[in-house]
Amino acid sequence: MFPKEHSLRFAQLGGMRGDPFGMKVLRPAGPAEAVRLYSQNPEALPLAGGTDLMVAWNSGRLNSRTMLDLSRLKEWRGIEATQDGVRIGPLATHCEIESHPAILKRLPLLAEACSSVGAVQIRHRGTIGGNIANASPAGDSFPALAVYEAFVHTVSQEGRRSLPILELFAGVKKTALKPGELIERIDVRFPAEPPDRQVLRKVGSRQAQTLSKTVGAGLLWLGRGGVVLELRFAFGSVAPTVKRLKAVEAAVNGRKLTAELIERACALLAEDISPIDDIRSTRQYRMVVSRNILRAFLAGA
Amino acid sequence: MKIIFKVNLQERTYDGDPFKRLLDVLREDFGLTGTKEGCGEGECGACTILLDGQPVNSCLIPVCQAEGRGVETVESLGLPEKLSSLQKAFLEEGGAQCGLCTPGMLLSAAAHLRSGGRTDERSIRQAIGGNLCRCTGYQHIVKSIRKAAKKPRRTKSGVCISVKQMLKRDRKQILKECSQKSTRCASRSSAV
Repeated sequence: MFPKEHSLRFAQLGGMRGDPFGMKVLRPAGPAEAVRLYSQNPEALPLAGGTDLMVAWNSGRLNSRTMLDLSRLKEWRGIEATQDGVRIGPLATHCEIESHPAILKRLPLLAEACSSVGAVQIRHRGTIGGNIANASPAGDSFPALAVYEAFVHTVSQEGRRSLPILELFAGVKKTALKPGELIERIDVRFPAEPPDRQVLRKVGSRQAQTLSKTVGAGLLWLGRGGVVLELRFAFGSVAPTVKRLKAVEAAVNGRKLTAELIERACALLAEDISPIDDIRSTRQYRMVVSRNILRAFLAGA
Repeated sequence: MKIIFKVNLQERTYDGDPFKRLLDVLREDFGLTGTKEGCGEGECGACTILLDGQPVNSCLIPVCQAEGRGVETVESLGLPEKLSSLQKAFLEEGGAQCGLCTPGMLLSAAAHLRSGGRTDERSIRQAIGGNLCRCTGYQHIVKSIRKAAKKPRRTKSGVCISVKQMLKRDRKQILKECSQKSTRCASRSSAV
């Protein structure tokens, strides 16, 4: 142990690294204590698996901050399957979700989405609650949660709330969570009927450890004569938050899936998503690839 | 703040800032320098350790989150004079070049094989997807892992055992020897 030299070393680095000295860590043992501590310290940063927060901390951007370490909250781990859905604890890891039998069977897009996150090291640590609260535009599990119409349950000293997943996201890295409010559960219902078609497509630079350029999830129920009973499609990474394709879905629902209708739906995609140029990709590439994913899905290719 | 957890099956106590990275605690406080730092962002996997048997990036874990848990580092896989079958395969197949990624590669591979993971090339590549080799020696690394996984193993009594059992056996034996010869481990640990 060398505390003195240690802080000297960090000082010499000019704050370019995370410095454990001066960090305040709150370590609640249960949900009630977590909520109380958070309301007393609304400036604290909730810490779950740390796969994103620790990257920021390592770069020295969060020195001297207060951390609310949620890792001891056993009650918020685990996944409970019921008759009509699953109740996912916010501290359930991506690995636990991708290998859960009920999710694999009834919510396969969610399992697949979680298995496409990072690499195995990240999936063993990263939690679904942390992923949601982090609200990255590129959150890979969000399109699947959006088409399964998941609900996020929150808790704070003021009480409990339940929000549809799409209403939780307020912008790039912004959520509708109030100061002192924590996610306590994510509910996902099984679709009443298994879909006739489903897809999850993540497009990135490589298969592992990649942030998506675009990520889409789709469910399609067809009736007699190829009439669309219901289409649910969502894209991530192509707007500030995950987007359900409202215009596309409205144009397709209740109609027969003809080649013309598919082209019309693809043209309407520009109304639903608004990709940008950034370090990972370009606006044009994201638009073209997203449209191709949608077209292939509707065409049944 | 005092934090107690197991490192390579031995109970250890860390006393210091709770937000120090597990990677730094292992290297600086416990002297287990087998675990390397690469990117410090959870991208390269050089700092991979096993936390309760699961591969994780130790650069993304504050030591307070390791409380009460079991950590395994590359030092638990073998000793220089007693390498595990996986390490031997890396030596034989040229799976290690500059060596920076090797501890992480070994632990990701060990976790995959121990958990009964598939041993085809694709599955192995997926299992080490979170470990980057800047020497780009992936072909040899994958070959090494497949070799360790495939080699028919016979116990002294001539019974064939599975890869999973074999690696568990390796690990038990090495950890046993490690604690018997605690001189080496202990002296390494206290040398900071």
